Amino acid sequence: MNLDFSQIVPYIPFMLEGIWATLEFVIISIILGLVLGTLLALCKITKVPFLKGLADAYTSIFRGTPLILQLMIIYFAVPQLTGYDIPAFLSAILAFGLNSAAYVSEIIRAGIMAVDKGQTEAAEALGVPYRPMMLNIILPQAIKNILPALMNEFITLTKESAIVSTIGYLDLMRRAQIVGADIYRNFEPLLLAGAIYWVMVFILTRIGQVVERRMRQSD
Amino acid sequence: MIKAIEITKNFGKNTVLKNISTTINKGEVVTVIGPSGSGKSTFLRCLNLLEEPTSGEIYIEDRKITDKKVDKLEIRKNIGMVFQHFHLFPHMTVLDNVAYAPQKVKNKTKAEAEKIAKDLLAKVGLTDKEDAYPNRLSGGQKQRVAIARALAMEPEIMLFDEPTSALDPEMVKEVLDVMKDLANTGMTMVIVTHEMNFAKEVADRVLFLDDGVLLEEGDPKEFFEQPKTDRARDFLDKVL
Repeated sequence: MNLDFSQIVPYIPFMLEGIWATLEFVIISIILGLVLGTLLALCKITKVPFLKGLADAYTSIFRGTPLILQLMIIYFAVPQLTGYDIPAFLSAILAFGLNSAAYVSEIIRAGIMAVDKGQTEAAEALGVPYRPMMLNIILPQAIKNILPALMNEFITLTKESAIVSTIGYLDLMRRAQIVGADIYRNFEPLLLAGAIYWVMVFILTRIGQVVERRMRQSD
Repeated sequence: MIKAIEITKNFGKNTVLKNISTTINKGEVVTVIGPSGSGKSTFLRCLNLLEEPTSGEIYIEDRKITDKKVDKLEIRKNIGMVFQHFHLFPHMTVLDNVAYAPQKVKNKTKAEAEKIAKDLLAKVGLTDKEDAYPNRLSGGQKQRVAIARALAMEPEIMLFDEPTSALDPEMVKEVLDVMKDLANTGMTMVIVTHEMNFAKEVADRVLFLDDGVLLEEGDPKEFFEQPKTDRARDFLDKVL
């Protein structure tokens, strides 16, 4: 075995920049997925058949096809169909955000269903309208229960983000490949990238634990 | 004040309430008793539209609340409800539980709502628990908070759905005492209960339901001493 990390030293700043490149679109995708996923979850639990059907169809499509395919369709098909030359960054946010929304909506739906029906009745009996009831009473309890599942989804999204390297976005993964090609050594830069991904997920997990502890205050 | 006319409620093929008619006057305390599954709770839940009657009409004051166009939330502002299993909001402190609805429903400021909440918590004897979360309270304390929460909306009618059935025996009294105080203030109350002594002592009138039918209705003393129907006599023999 002849590991030699000395050659990648000059490339370290280049690779570290990839952390931000990855984090930037991962964070925006998570937020997009969370907001859209919540709306979809609310559609799924309504009694309006049209909204329910729409949300179910959405989930079925985005969960039923590979993420990399969705990414490529957005990146290559949008320019072909609309003439708008969509940047890799925007394609990545759209693909990951829309895809994540499908999973998040199922997690949140399960969370809402698990909140005791008495909570809705208590709020209704007090005359609380739907919006504040959801925002102040049902969702906070639902989120507390599904936090581990949501963290899991965020972690998956962070790692899967590496596939944006296939559309040329300069994320951490892509940079590792570029360095590898440059110095004719692939193992070392990939190992470094792997370590960085692990640290990112580790920090994310810790954040999740802190949030979870805070939310368990009322137990 | 509350007038129910021939209320019938079906759940699928099951008929839970059969043509129930009664009038509850302002300031009256009415207890609803009967064997489990007789439709007591369903009847109560129809009064604030948590269940919609399949047929029949309910008037509150002169408003027909069973009208399809009626705003349910508007009606419920005026009707407090206390549940068997409390249904406090577990992620909010006791004070927030009580102060929440006045802010969101009646647009009171936080300070106004908290003042109302503190006064009510003092009345039910829980001033020292204001900052506690519901999980830290005993059943009796939870139910007293739930009563304060309903009262914070300043309702004209209070509905109680078996308020002491989920409590340990030694906690029943503290909840019944709060309800007695409330009855003495002239609140209109409809109470589904298994506490026969309470019904005897506090109620102005007793409704006896069996299998969805309002079998007897009248003065508690008369009812408990000389029930008119065999079914009521049979029931009272078992529970007294």
